[in-house]
Amino acid sequence: MENWARFLEVNAPRILELTIDHAVLVSLAIIVALLIGIPLGIYLTTNQYLADTVLQIASITLTIPSIALFGVMIPIFSIINQGIGFVPAFVALVLYSQLPIIRNTYTGIKNINPEMRDAAIGMGMKTHQRLLRVEIPNAMPVIMAGVRTAVVMNIGIAVIAAYIGAGGLGVLITQGISRNDIYMIISGSIAVAILAIIADSILLLIQKRFTKKVLAD
Amino acid sequence: MISFKNVTKRYGEEITAIDDVDFTVEEGKIVVLLGPSGCGKTTLLRMVNRLESISEGEIIINGENSKDLDAIELRRKIGYVIQSNGLFPNMTIEENVMLVPDLLGWSKKDKRERFKYLMKLSGLDADDYGKRYPHELSGGQQQRIGVVRALAADPPVMLMDEPFGALDPIIREKIQDEFLQIQREVKKTILFVSHDIDEAIKMADKIVLLRDGKIMQFDTPSKMLAHPKNEFVSQFFGKDRAIKGLSLHTVANLQEIIGLGPVDETIQDTKTINVHQDLRNTLSMLLNQEADQVIVKDDNGENIGTITIDLVQKYLHFEIKGKISASQEG
Repeated sequence: MENWARFLEVNAPRILELTIDHAVLVSLAIIVALLIGIPLGIYLTTNQYLADTVLQIASITLTIPSIALFGVMIPIFSIINQGIGFVPAFVALVLYSQLPIIRNTYTGIKNINPEMRDAAIGMGMKTHQRLLRVEIPNAMPVIMAGVRTAVVMNIGIAVIAAYIGAGGLGVLITQGISRNDIYMIISGSIAVAILAIIADSILLLIQKRFTKKVLAD
Repeated sequence: MISFKNVTKRYGEEITAIDDVDFTVEEGKIVVLLGPSGCGKTTLLRMVNRLESISEGEIIINGENSKDLDAIELRRKIGYVIQSNGLFPNMTIEENVMLVPDLLGWSKKDKRERFKYLMKLSGLDADDYGKRYPHELSGGQQQRIGVVRALAADPPVMLMDEPFGALDPIIREKIQDEFLQIQREVKKTILFVSHDIDEAIKMADKIVLLRDGKIMQFDTPSKMLAHPKNEFVSQFFGKDRAIKGLSLHTVANLQEIIGLGPVDETIQDTKTINVHQDLRNTLSMLLNQEADQVIVKDDNGENIGTITIDLVQKYLHFEIKGKISASQEG
């Protein structure tokens, strides 16, 4: 216990700094992923053929092991002198987030009760009015579930990004492994877990705020 | 007024869903599209607000060809009610009801006033229900809201696709009555889809009976029941169509044509009915032998005579025979 206390006393500022790095990397990646994934998911509801293709590609992306994807990023981004560090990690995280976000947006809207959609069209709503007033609000719980999956998954994957020098809490774990420092490994892991739990709880709160009580049931 | 002019719908070369349909819904009247499932009644209804395309022919709504109008504008001018009420669960009752006025850009004040008026029509309290969400209402209340929502922007024309089909029989009858009451006030031109014969007889000024996309008969309910045009029509209404037809007539109608029997003061075991009671229920009461004498009372509660099975039979005879001879002459 004493060793623990001493470790934390010495390393607390660094752990905090790495946690912030980690959160920033994941947040930026998720914001960009949302900007791509949600409009794409909405668009796909109008194009069945493209939907199948895009969802297939997104599924395949998710099956690539993260360490392999980071590896592939290095030569590609070396072209613009960004082979290691923030950029390739960020791009990989955006790619990984696409499947849950696109798929949940797409399924959420596709699964809107057809009678509700029929009523909306029959009452004279234009396509964008129908999307904004009826379809997206009613698909919100499903869309938010996808976002939460993506965030929690990315917090985990971002740990691996430490191997390509992207910083974050992965640094504690990788250094801990190479130095055989059990305190470092465990404190890194716990910090990642806490970050994931906090992020998920915040998103759950946002979800409840933005989806009416009726839909949350 | 809605006029269907030789309206046809084909799916590809083979299937003709709607075949040369031609009829008119007069201003302020209810026409019920009736028929077995798959006869094309819903398709026909949905062609009016262009949810379904028209292959041939045209639909004229209040003098304008539906094809020439912008689909969005057209739909906003037509009230639309569907079976499962189609309320949006993410909106409050007030937001649901005021959706079309909102799309049309009405002012807040106008919307508020209209909402209060509509809720009065529906018999639900505006302040109490306005802020609630659809799932907090019973099925019958939701359907009432579905109906007044269609009336929101005061459209001249309404389309109703089995609006009361999902309700249990007791509530359904109540809401049908309420709706007829509302219709007496708002006098909309209504096209109504139903598969329920009793509902059609009750609601319709005229019935369009469809089979495989063709009109089998277009007539008033009483004519259709008394003089089915062909085998399909008579079979569709069933062997008891004479009894069904009785619900279209009241004791008052009978009194007008053949008069009531005298009241026998010596009989103790009596029951009374209102003069506006329909003959179907009256006959059922007589058949139940609930009393030795059934006395008819007018709205002031005065005894105006008695009614017997014989009188009902005589009236029925007169109605059917009378009309047969009239139609033969014509």
